[in-house]
Amino acid sequence: MKGEGMRVRGLDDLIKLREKGLKRLYPDKIKMTVEMATCGISAGAHHVYEAIKDRIRERKLDITLAKSGCIGFCQREPLVDVWIPGKPRIIYQEMTPEKGVELIDLIAKGDLQKEWGLCRTEEEVIFFEDEPRRYTIESGLEGREDISLYQDVEFYKKQFKIALRNCGYIDPESIDEYTARGGYFTLHKVLHEMKPDEIINEVKRSGLRGRGGAGFLTGRKWESCQKARGDRKYVVCNADEGDPGAYMDRSVLEGDPHSVLEGMIIGAYAIGAHEGYIYVRNEYPLAVKNIGVAIKQAEEKGLLGKDILGSGFDFTVKINKGGGAFVAGESTALMASIEGYVAEPRAKHIHTVESGLWDRPTNLNNVETWANVPVIIEKGADWFSKIGTEGSKGTKIFSLVGKINNTGLIEVPMGMTLREIVYEIGGGIPDGKRFKAVQTGGPSGGCIPEALLDLPVDFDALTEAGSMMGSGGMIVMDESTCMVDVAKYFTDFLKDESCGKCTSCRDGTLRMYEILDRITKGEGKEGDIELLEEIGWATTEASLCALGGTAANPVLSTIRYFRDEYEAHIRDKRCPAGVCPALITYTIDPEACIACGKCKKECPTKAITGKKKVPHEIDQAKCIKCGTCKEVCPVDAVKVK
Amino acid sequence: MTSAQLEKILKRHDHQSSNVLAILQDIQASENYLPRKTLDEVAEKLNISLARIYKLATFYRALSLTPKGRHLVNVCMGTACHVRGARMVLERLERDLGVQEGGTTQDLNFSLDTVRCVGCCSLGPVVVIDGEIYGRLNQEKASKLLKDYS
Amino acid sequence: MMSEKELVRFQIDGLEVEAEKGQMLLPVALEYGFEIPHLCYHEAVSPYGACRLCLVEVTKRGRTRMTTSCNYPVDAGIEVATATENVLRARRMMLELILARAPHSERILAMARSVGVEGTRFPIIEEAEDCILCGLCERVCREVVGANAITFVNRGDKREVTPPFWDPIACIACGACVYICPTDCIKMEERGDERTIVRWKRTLKMQPCKSCGKPFAPLFQLNWIIDQVQLPKDFFELCPVCRKQKK
Repeated sequence: MKGEGMRVRGLDDLIKLREKGLKRLYPDKIKMTVEMATCGISAGAHHVYEAIKDRIRERKLDITLAKSGCIGFCQREPLVDVWIPGKPRIIYQEMTPEKGVELIDLIAKGDLQKEWGLCRTEEEVIFFEDEPRRYTIESGLEGREDISLYQDVEFYKKQFKIALRNCGYIDPESIDEYTARGGYFTLHKVLHEMKPDEIINEVKRSGLRGRGGAGFLTGRKWESCQKARGDRKYVVCNADEGDPGAYMDRSVLEGDPHSVLEGMIIGAYAIGAHEGYIYVRNEYPLAVKNIGVAIKQAEEKGLLGKDILGSGFDFTVKINKGGGAFVAGESTALMASIEGYVAEPRAKHIHTVESGLWDRPTNLNNVETWANVPVIIEKGADWFSKIGTEGSKGTKIFSLVGKINNTGLIEVPMGMTLREIVYEIGGGIPDGKRFKAVQTGGPSGGCIPEALLDLPVDFDALTEAGSMMGSGGMIVMDESTCMVDVAKYFTDFLKDESCGKCTSCRDGTLRMYEILDRITKGEGKEGDIELLEEIGWATTEASLCALGGTAANPVLSTIRYFRDEYEAHIRDKRCPAGVCPALITYTIDPEACIACGKCKKECPTKAITGKKKVPHEIDQAKCIKCGTCKEVCPVDAVKVK
Repeated sequence: MTSAQLEKILKRHDHQSSNVLAILQDIQASENYLPRKTLDEVAEKLNISLARIYKLATFYRALSLTPKGRHLVNVCMGTACHVRGARMVLERLERDLGVQEGGTTQDLNFSLDTVRCVGCCSLGPVVVIDGEIYGRLNQEKASKLLKDYS
Repeated sequence: MMSEKELVRFQIDGLEVEAEKGQMLLPVALEYGFEIPHLCYHEAVSPYGACRLCLVEVTKRGRTRMTTSCNYPVDAGIEVATATENVLRARRMMLELILARAPHSERILAMARSVGVEGTRFPIIEEAEDCILCGLCERVCREVVGANAITFVNRGDKREVTPPFWDPIACIACGACVYICPTDCIKMEERGDERTIVRWKRTLKMQPCKSCGKPFAPLFQLNWIIDQVQLPKDFFELCPVCRKQKK
């Protein structure tokens, strides 16, 4: 594996490790890096990687090929990063195996492909260094001015990356590269120069609030755990990122796993814990693999285990894989799962910081929270607390997805408005459609309509509007999204994921789902909206944990802002967005139809008839609203009403 | 699974009952499901009740008490994929395979399940087959993918 | 571990009450005569908090929150309200939801009527067969009897209580679950020398008394007890009646 078994015993060894890492990051020859996080791979990045690898071997070129995590702009993946000593770094977008080969051939000739360039960078800002790292660029930019600077790209301009600082810049399987960008130096300072109380104070003063959804003050949590009675304590990393649509934790674990480890070791030292657990969803196999590799490397180097960096502090960490249960993301349920039980939440008046895992003091934090810790300690609470709003300090990663042009992961200072995020960073709605709502906070959150787009992203502001920050999922919806269908979707999810203990949650979500299902099928009745509100209220008040406690949010927020849609479904048996199958009809526009017969061939129920050269027709009695005809029609002649 | 194979798994997890979920996941990975006989043995060797193991096996979706197909097809039904038409992709695959979500084909070739979500939200609709992630799909493309695995 | 019992004073509906610190609120309130409906609580087993009927409002250090009282440990100075508007509103909905699982239970119907709920607006879940998922049966089987014959299975709305693999081989047909079930949905039948716990489809042959010849308990159960407690093999030769007479 990367890096020989050299143990890091102190600062000198750490510096040596960094030197090795710097050579890997900025070699004296051409280096091409393919971004290979799960999102990149699903776009075909591994094929691009293989194609480039083969070409290098074929032509016996002296080019290094590397992998990295995701730099956030998932819409444009696969992304390939090209480093040529003496030139600006260029990231190429929407690469394919063929383009990859072509690119190599060009680069080997000294050419570059401008049209494929996403952006160029000439310096890197590293939090652990006082000055930005400027690349030495010889003789002008030579044709590269046509490629925008990273900081001028609409998607990146307003971002400020703290938790995502290394993603896309380093090989996640290289601890050397992590240290080359400042990693583990803060840990050294912490273990040798700071006392636990100092560290806790710094985190308190920073104002950092949990990034997993609850937004509890991290410093206060650490303090309670540190003060709790007991000589055996635990720190836990909640990587059971279950909110559909949110994948920031996955990205951090895949792209920069050491940042989480360093944060956990610092936290454990402050609290007085010597054992840690990282609970990762099993639906994230690459994240599980990469954090596993990181732990192994850290152990080999002596950054985990006994007497870390010669400080006398011991700390080990274990990985637990989730079993496919969303509710396991709830702190007490997660701990039950680690103990070998079903992920059923436990009573709340027993604080886990005093009695958590095996009744011992346990401090649980989210991946993103841990990743922030080294930077907060390094730059200080004053620096951190200047970023963000009064009640929400620092930055937050959001996964900007759905009906938006620039989908991907973004990290912005708290306080930025939703409008800026959707229209400036996100580039607005594709296909000229109209914005309808942005869903935040996953299944615990709600939908925010256009009228509230100037809301700042802030824990309290979002909660007041009937939604919540949650883990940072931000799903943009346009006029073709049915809000009743969205409510039904989330309620369906929650009823399946409920552990089933509380009547209010289990049966509350079930009954809300039944009503929403009827409504979307045209069987809604007067009084359904009021009944939904009643059940929603009870589910919120009477449930034990946050799953049940927030389960009604999607329903209640869509009723709050989109009541007219509910009424159209109930009174007029109409789905204005054209989504609910029972309430829409597929028809073929006779003027647009070119009678190619494709739809007729693909229709699974043989509902389409039409002879050659005659506009085809759909038999409504046979139509199952599967949408195949619309998908295959080459001239978009199938209309949905 | 032989007793010797099970013993290897139990040893890997220090014979600790708190590691029972990980132990069951390893058995699932090896056998493609959790055979009753093996679970009886786990109960005996870890000194926990079969009831507790059964509760775990039916609670966690990663575990299955019936054999899964040779190929595991998972349609992502995350929110981002949902608004991009994941339901239609799922229904198409249900028609193609002749099974409902959660089912396995008669010839044990395919198991069709949903997952929420795999974290590739920018590339929805997404389908995962045997751990390989495919993005930017629609009904046609998803259907064609299956043919590569038949 | 504690030699001294610390008493704490607090209020329920304005009344000053006293209890041992750490005791659960519900049994204390019931002892004082407060009528708080509950279904999944029983003094013989650990509290669970499933039915959500025992909700009350507790004000502690200025913060008021709704919580189940069966698993809330009392503390000095708390103020408990057992029948506020919010509590009653929540209770009504819980009863409606529960009734849709056990629509014929007289006990639940009576509880419902007392807060003004006459029936349920929700479609009845026939498959529930009157089980309200309170978990008392599986708790008594696990915590008190130790047979571990039944368990909660699945999650969410698919949750139910069954023997593992629907194979009741661990069931000793003691009837504890039959006794503790609040909706009476677990029935025990005896026909001839066979006893059946109907819900778990467990039929066992009963041991006849050596003296009077009447079948009095399942042989499997008796052997299980002998094994668990390390009793002599002939310990259960006589039925309880004859054993008493012998003394």
